[in-house]
Amino acid sequence: MSTTAPSAPTGKGTQARTIPDLLYSADEQDLRDAVRSLLAGRADWPAVLARTETSQTYDTGLWRVLAAEVGCAGLLIPESLGGAGASFREAAVVAEETGRVAAPVPYLGSAVVATAALLAAPDAELLAGLAAGTLTAALAVPFASRPAAELPGGVRVTPPQPGDVGGQARLTGTIAGVADALPADVLLVLAASVPPDSVPPDSVPAALYAVQADAPGLTVTPVVSLDQTRQLADLALDSVPARPVVTGPDAAAAVRAALTAGAAMLASEQLGLAEKCLEITVSYLKERYQFARPVGSFQALKHRLADLWVAVLQARAGARYAAACLAEGDPDTPVAVALAKAACGDAATLAAQECVQLHGGIGFTWEHPAHLYLKRAKSASTGFGTPDWHRGTLASLAGLPGPGAA
Amino acid sequence: MTGTIDASPVSADGLRQQVRDFLASHDPASLPQVDFLRARFDAGLAAVHYPPGLGGQGLPRAMQPVLDAEFAAAGAPTNQADRNPIGLGMAAPTILAFGNEEQKARWLRPLWTGEEVWCQLFSEPGAGSDLAGLATRAVHQDGPHGGQWVVDGQKVWTSVAHHAQWGLLLARTDPDVPKHAGLTYFGCDMTQPGVEVRPLRQLTGEAEFNEVFLTGAVVRDVDRIGDVGAGWRVAQGTLMNERVSIGGTALPREGGMIGPAARNWREHPERRTPGLHDRMLRLWADAEVARLASARFRQSLAAGQPGPEGSAAKIVFARLNQEISAFEVELSGADGLRYDDWTMRRSGAVDFYGREVGYRYLRSRGNSIEGGTSEILRNIIAERVLGLPAEPRTDTKVPWKDLPR
Repeated sequence: MSTTAPSAPTGKGTQARTIPDLLYSADEQDLRDAVRSLLAGRADWPAVLARTETSQTYDTGLWRVLAAEVGCAGLLIPESLGGAGASFREAAVVAEETGRVAAPVPYLGSAVVATAALLAAPDAELLAGLAAGTLTAALAVPFASRPAAELPGGVRVTPPQPGDVGGQARLTGTIAGVADALPADVLLVLAASVPPDSVPPDSVPAALYAVQADAPGLTVTPVVSLDQTRQLADLALDSVPARPVVTGPDAAAAVRAALTAGAAMLASEQLGLAEKCLEITVSYLKERYQFARPVGSFQALKHRLADLWVAVLQARAGARYAAACLAEGDPDTPVAVALAKAACGDAATLAAQECVQLHGGIGFTWEHPAHLYLKRAKSASTGFGTPDWHRGTLASLAGLPGPGAA
Repeated sequence: MTGTIDASPVSADGLRQQVRDFLASHDPASLPQVDFLRARFDAGLAAVHYPPGLGGQGLPRAMQPVLDAEFAAAGAPTNQADRNPIGLGMAAPTILAFGNEEQKARWLRPLWTGEEVWCQLFSEPGAGSDLAGLATRAVHQDGPHGGQWVVDGQKVWTSVAHHAQWGLLLARTDPDVPKHAGLTYFGCDMTQPGVEVRPLRQLTGEAEFNEVFLTGAVVRDVDRIGDVGAGWRVAQGTLMNERVSIGGTALPREGGMIGPAARNWREHPERRTPGLHDRMLRLWADAEVARLASARFRQSLAAGQPGPEGSAAKIVFARLNQEISAFEVELSGADGLRYDDWTMRRSGAVDFYGREVGYRYLRSRGNSIEGGTSEILRNIIAERVLGLPAEPRTDTKVPWKDLPR
């Protein structure tokens, strides 16, 4: 840029605009009630905690009910494909509820991230299966992936094998730390169509492929995860048969859309978790007596909880704005998602950390749910971009470049 | 939001028609301003949420912009609401909620037209956060119409007192009962000899506020608002309005304190460091989320779900103003070492954006003190929103005169 040219007086994201409805509709409250009552019965914390120490860390039975009977799997899918034709506003409410209890279900990975990728593709066949609740899918990217220009690699297309039908491809490579892959029937894998070392990486045409979870050559290895309520998996592909879902630049766009949706809905999940941590901490501080009075009457603790309540209130505004922007396809969506993921990630980790601290000794034990929320909060804060990374995107989105940039 | 408007007995179009009919018979260009405003009040077209016969029509507050826009489009004079912020924001709702019919009829019209400015005589040098501990005494003297009260004491942080005809006075009428029970609320004539107003210079150099010395000041009993001893309850009503009014306006993106900081950042690439960049982005994100939260608060008010978010908005507003202006002083480097003006002068309003960064930094320190300190607001949130128990207290059961001070 020429040094004589006047710099933009305001950032790109600063134009006056109307703020969408940030409240919850009556329908959204009904959906929340349905999900909350299901989860209250089937994902109370002793059950969630016990499951983290089994070999089946995902509750596939609960997921089937949530997906098919309550209809959460098809919220984002059009009615013509058997879905509910709802929007990210409703999807966000479900995320708040699964977040509240750290529910061990692949809602985020299947009903949000994989679904968003397939909607962008689009792939009617897989979407119909997802909407019906008969199919669970996961986008095979590291959970720590960011909705950035540069997408995660690691898998390439390898030569066909004798007997392969036309259109079918073979994939080889590894992807580490994938969320919600363990219970998935189908994995969506982004792969370069030529060996990545033969051409510059940014010119490698990529495609998104569907891989069956039971395909020969695919190894899915559970990872001992910081958050066992959303256990990660390492994927190894050795000439695995795959079907292309979307090819070329559209594939990368579909993955980016999925990661953006994932970051926004994860923010809502964290909002729900933060709210739950605040609630149980407030409730405990009313009951817990030391020095012959409820510890919640001490101003030092009251002020910490008041600050946490304020943080949750702020986070909710950010989360609702991101959901509303995604629902409307608003051009401010990148700003909204960055704000939401930053605010909700920080609020959730603060809430979970305060939950441990303000519970005192009991909060440090295994036999109390605080650690479930702490591990979920901290892991989710890294998932789909840390708060810090998301704030960093505002440098260009809001026109606030760093040192060295004129 | 529109639901509230649709549900009201008078539609927005109906209200517009009323304004057009009014304007047809009251030409704003030829009528003297005060006559125009009085007529507007008498026609129920002043503040739509005031009751019929008292300047309004008992309509939802959300319809006021419809009215104001229609008058503005006709080039009609306004009541210059910013000249009487305490009157319109606090005195009017208090009088409407707690005043008798004679008081409403006497006070509301000149208050709304701006003929009579109101101030608030609450805080004292010895009673800040602990307002109920205040010491200004009002002693009753018998006479016709309930007699009168003689008032002695000192009030502080009184904005617009030097322009005011009336003061909302909270005074101690019974020192022999516990502190909350011994207070009474009055409308006090500020123009009498027993009321002395002195400017109170603040750390920014000028004086937005005053000290008010009450020395044998006389308040008629007919100007008492609420019962004798009920002053605390009336004052709570007044303060509720103060907190609702703070953080209650809609701003565009970068419309607040973050605006000058972001412009400074963009205009001075040479001032940028990695640490400042991190803070810039963090503050921008926090300010934008706070703006959204404040919009959400207004949406919930408009939908008839008033929430306790007003206290949160004020805490966040104060913190952000302080952090952003502190950041901007550092960002400004050598320029941040200059100050625009230390001259002692009267200042009617806070001018955050017309002045230099040093003023913003200094003035914003007051944001977490005025209108309820952030610490008191946290107590309010903890106790009234979260339901946490109050701290054990030693000052609420004993007579006020026996409290340590």
